[in-house]
Amino acid sequence: MHIVVCIKQVPDSAQIRVHPVTNTIMRQGVPTIINPYDLFALEEALRLRDKLGGKVTVLTMGPPMADESLRKALGFGADAAVLLTDRFFAGSDTLATSFALSTAIAKLHAQEPVSVVFTGKQTIDGDTAQVGPGIAQRLGLNQLTYVSAIRSVDAENRSIVVERRAEGGVQVLKTGLPCLITMLEGTNTIRRGSMDDMFRAARASLTVWNAKDAGVEDMAMCGLKGSPTVVKKVFAPQPRKEKAVQVATEGKSPAEIAQATLETLFAANPKLEGDLLKLSAAS
Amino acid sequence: MAEHFDAIVVGAGMAGNAATYTLAKAGLNVLQIERGEYPGSKNVQGAILYANAVEALIPDFREDAPLERHVIEQRMWILDDRSYVGTHFRSENFNEEKPNRYTIIRAQFDKWLNKQAKDAGAMVICETTVLELLKDETGKVIGVRCDRDNGEVYADVVVLCDGVNALVGQRSGIRQEVAPEHAALAVKEMHFLPREVINERFNIADNEGVVIEILGTVTSGMLGTGFLYTNGESIALGIGCIVSDFVEKKINPAHLLEKLKAHPSIAPLIRGSEVKEYAAHLIPEGGFKGVPELSGDGWVICGDAAHFVNAAHREGSNLALTSGRIAAENIVALKKAGKPMSAENLKLYNQALEESFVLKDLKKYKDLPDTLWRNKQFVTTYPELLAQAAERFLRVDGVDKLTKEKEIARSFRKARGVLGLVGDAVKVARAWR
Repeated sequence: MHIVVCIKQVPDSAQIRVHPVTNTIMRQGVPTIINPYDLFALEEALRLRDKLGGKVTVLTMGPPMADESLRKALGFGADAAVLLTDRFFAGSDTLATSFALSTAIAKLHAQEPVSVVFTGKQTIDGDTAQVGPGIAQRLGLNQLTYVSAIRSVDAENRSIVVERRAEGGVQVLKTGLPCLITMLEGTNTIRRGSMDDMFRAARASLTVWNAKDAGVEDMAMCGLKGSPTVVKKVFAPQPRKEKAVQVATEGKSPAEIAQATLETLFAANPKLEGDLLKLSAAS
Repeated sequence: MAEHFDAIVVGAGMAGNAATYTLAKAGLNVLQIERGEYPGSKNVQGAILYANAVEALIPDFREDAPLERHVIEQRMWILDDRSYVGTHFRSENFNEEKPNRYTIIRAQFDKWLNKQAKDAGAMVICETTVLELLKDETGKVIGVRCDRDNGEVYADVVVLCDGVNALVGQRSGIRQEVAPEHAALAVKEMHFLPREVINERFNIADNEGVVIEILGTVTSGMLGTGFLYTNGESIALGIGCIVSDFVEKKINPAHLLEKLKAHPSIAPLIRGSEVKEYAAHLIPEGGFKGVPELSGDGWVICGDAAHFVNAAHREGSNLALTSGRIAAENIVALKKAGKPMSAENLKLYNQALEESFVLKDLKKYKDLPDTLWRNKQFVTTYPELLAQAAERFLRVDGVDKLTKEKEIARSFRKARGVLGLVGDAVKVARAWR
């Protein structure tokens, strides 16, 4: 069973600073990590492979330095890694990204038929959750988003049963393979690769594809040209003027706390007490 | 099948990267193991880089290494609670083609230096902790055991650059735990400010830097120093004191840093900054007396793990770089000569260090750490006396100068006594000699 996991190298959002004047993200010196949501996808893919055999290929699109993330994925136990990198890809929005990735997956599929494509739920830098569904749409794959567990896979009849977190409950869905799954966070814990995995990752020669290698024919679908999204303005949210008021509760009875809370509210809104009295008189 | 390398380097700090680079460049098959997420991620320093020690490895490092500012001005401030008495040395000579000292951010610099090692052919494995050394039946070190499945890896020699705590050496029984009176605990914050603001506050141009070393009452009677270094778009501000002093005084290091930040001489320099990083680290400050056995059968030890810090001169990373390089050079020489990495042969490393500034400087100051630690008047009484003397001398208030001078002299005698003053002078002179 050939499984493809799409990952993205993202700046570690815990360590990002916003330039005080231009409001742009200052990327210099900010360490990069694998998008944390993608690790749930990778672990789920590795578990499927361990159970059913086959191989896991990790795929990413990004600058040459994104190979660090691929090597890290190999260190977790992935079998092969492909880096899509080309200046034609620069400035891609989700439409252009899903185009480039789906083209590359189609090529991987031609080399070795792909049964499942995994992505994380979304990335921590873009937060759109659009790339996974975009790939499924372009490749005509059944898509299972926000998956919280894989119940079973029937390799013979080419079908899969998953749990999907939905509003108000969990859906149990069955669909045919091949399919695309976007994994929900917290569904598993990424494994710690063995020393052998680390050696293999350090020695692996990654497959590096430019747009042409990946099978892209129409460059106008890639990068800035293929991206209708326009960033008009970036701004940092202003701190709110209103401040929270704290009411001391220690050593007080509930009635006293209620009284103090009301007094604080009335002090902040002088009209409130009168309005409430009127209301209660009217009823 | 278990992997075998010519050499395993434990750690990717200054010493480890210098050793790995030198070994790989000479064509040895070398594995470097780092516990952090990436080389540099765990490494904490002020930080000042001395160009000379890097040049010995990579002569043209200035072309692409991430450097913050070159240092053109060094200040030494002695603080009491409201003042500082200080010396500033600033020279246009430091604006030279190849500057001598730089401020750096270790996470970035170490990543860069490690990349040079990787490009030279070393294999680097991160997020992996070396638990202990593997030994054969004769006690010779033959490899390491890591905290991963199938974690045993073999090598002709292991270069221990695992930092101040030196846990690998300790767990393997080749060295003692660092004594609390031989280690300083330093805490620091990174205060981000626009480059122009830093330039203006310190009266410097874009790439010029100022460093301030701080002594005095700000250490609350403990032996220690504070520092303030200008980076490109941030100020590193920190303070460190001897661990056993923290224990005895029950002082929280974070509070000490808050006190430093609030000092009237420091507060205006960091006003309006955004704090994005808080880090704490141990510094080996026992000097020569803290240096452990430096090599043995199949192993050598370098950098902080070998206690190579010259606290009197704020030097450490250069000693680490130099010891890592020297260790590697001697291993390469043995390898090329086809000689085994025996305890006797690896003594070459000890000898080379004896002949270098690393051990010469540490020996010169071998009594200084203990002398200062046992005589807290140097960090408590004298800073206050100095500040009071300076204030008395400068304030014009109708008192005649001779009386003022007598008052100043009396204040010193009263605080320490004539014998005390003479004794203190002798102590420092002997320790410095």
